[in-house]
Amino acid sequence: MALKIIASMCTACSACEPECPNVAIREKGGTYIIDAVKCTECEGHFDTPQCIAVCPVDGCIKKV
Amino acid sequence: MSTSTAFVSIGDLRKGRAAVSEILETAAAGCGTSGGAGKASCGSSGGPDDMPAEIWEKVKNHPCYSEEAHHHYARMHVAVAPACNIQCNYCNRKYDCSNESRPGVVSQKLTPDQAVRKVVAVASEIPQMTVLGIAGPGDALANPAKTFETFRRLQAEAPDIKLCLSTNGLQLPQYVDEICKYNVDHVTITINMVDPAVGARIYPWIFWDHQRITGIEAATILHRQQMLGLEMLTARGVLTKVNSVLIPGINDEHLIEVNREVKKRGAFLHNIMPLISEAEHGTVFGLTGQRGPSAQELKAVQDACMGGANLMRHCRQCRADAVGLLGEDRSEEFTPDKIEQMEVVYDLDKRRAYQQQVEVERQAQHAAKVAAMEAAQTGDAADAGMKVLVAVATEGHGKVNQHFGHATEFQIYELSWSPHGAAHLPPEGTVAGLGSGPAPGHAEVLFVGHRRVDLYCQGGYGEDEQLPSIVNAINDCHAVLVSKIGACPRDELKAAGIEPVDEYAHEFIEQAALTWFGSYRARVASGEITHQPRGDASIRQGAFTAGAEAASAA
Repeated sequence: MALKIIASMCTACSACEPECPNVAIREKGGTYIIDAVKCTECEGHFDTPQCIAVCPVDGCIKKV
Repeated sequence: MSTSTAFVSIGDLRKGRAAVSEILETAAAGCGTSGGAGKASCGSSGGPDDMPAEIWEKVKNHPCYSEEAHHHYARMHVAVAPACNIQCNYCNRKYDCSNESRPGVVSQKLTPDQAVRKVVAVASEIPQMTVLGIAGPGDALANPAKTFETFRRLQAEAPDIKLCLSTNGLQLPQYVDEICKYNVDHVTITINMVDPAVGARIYPWIFWDHQRITGIEAATILHRQQMLGLEMLTARGVLTKVNSVLIPGINDEHLIEVNREVKKRGAFLHNIMPLISEAEHGTVFGLTGQRGPSAQELKAVQDACMGGANLMRHCRQCRADAVGLLGEDRSEEFTPDKIEQMEVVYDLDKRRAYQQQVEVERQAQHAAKVAAMEAAQTGDAADAGMKVLVAVATEGHGKVNQHFGHATEFQIYELSWSPHGAAHLPPEGTVAGLGSGPAPGHAEVLFVGHRRVDLYCQGGYGEDEQLPSIVNAINDCHAVLVSKIGACPRDELKAAGIEPVDEYAHEFIEQAALTWFGSYRARVASGEITHQPRGDASIRQGAFTAGAEAASAA
């Protein structure tokens, strides 16, 4: 259970990074990546995954 | 429409609509004898006599807050704030092209450290750079750590530079204290509506309290935060500018209410900008075919707002990484690689000395304007209420000092003449009673905007295919004031009904415009020419960038 950022769609705006309750998001090679081990899809924290809610590009963050 | 969230009455809205329609009709009919209500005084072009000393001190060297200052002083933006907390239908930050210029777009995002180095490098290279703003490419306050780290360091390393930021207002109330802590003098809030029903058509969603909120609810929260933030800034004495994007059919007439509401809450300046919506930018409005306003539509809304919050008309809708005077962009001279190579010395004394020079020149421009307005005090009764626009080619310093072929934009000035005794324009039926011959009155000159055009002259010869687009951009003008112009474009402009004027080369703009206006009225009075109304003009999307110049020269 984890989310993934589609690198080709990511604008590297960094909006998702501070929203992640698990500190699972970081910048890598000009785009942002989610650490699949740390990602809980925000379960237990919020109703919806925060990175998806704040991302300006719809469809950029998907379940793997 | 939800009545509990509407902040203006229907009656007020109707009043606003009538005002816009009336002015548009006047515009359509050319220089009629009636116009918008209110005196034509643009506070942003005001001088020390128009405002309290402490406010004048804050705005006099700020190119975005003072129309007069923008001829002399430069600004820069550093792109340290990429994240945003709302989505706007006119924004898409993915698209970046060096030829493109509009808010929300940058070529390279910077860390606070890179930003500080860039500011210091630019300040040493461009001593008239007095203002540093954080305007995105996202929202300054959606990136609070990066924004305030940049301000904190700049306060220590470049203490004479004024700091400002731009925000959508959603998180503004939360950060007002922090903003004051870093002596941020100026804050710009983008406010496109004061009615959430209008807002719902502009903002698809906001990110608020860990949720994505849509529709009226989203616009209601945003509106509440914007008004609260504005009031809090006013209470703390921070100068605020309100930016509004004019979206025809969505908020055009509504912006009159926006103007009134923000003035009530203490906004210093209101900047109404045309929507940029080229399809290739990939914005929602671009893809749905929502058009931007024409030059006269924009001017009609701006004119209808006169008498409310002061209007800014010299905005170039610059990029979040722009560097230089408002009409120019020198950001490509200051890429991180180039900054690395520069020998940077932050010499405060040198900067002050240069700025004193600028001040002397500026005082001279102001004196010339006052003298020219006093000299232009007689006219013919037939001129009463006459209003014309002129386009001016300038490279800065407040002078008519650019070759027609080198202009990438024209500044637009409105000239009007009214007889004494009439506050602004004579009431119907009084014109005949004034008698013939020179009558005392006053001519006024008002900066009303600028028009971007393609470069006409490249490598010494004119590009004929560019000329029609230049004519389109200044088609509502009676004359174009330049330092020099070639024979070919001169003839074509004349054919289009625009008078090319080069006899005021290197004079101060207002002086030149008023002198030309006097001669124009004299020629109309003598029957040499007939005063004809002009049509509308189109707004070229985007602003000038160094990249565009390089690309078109290639």
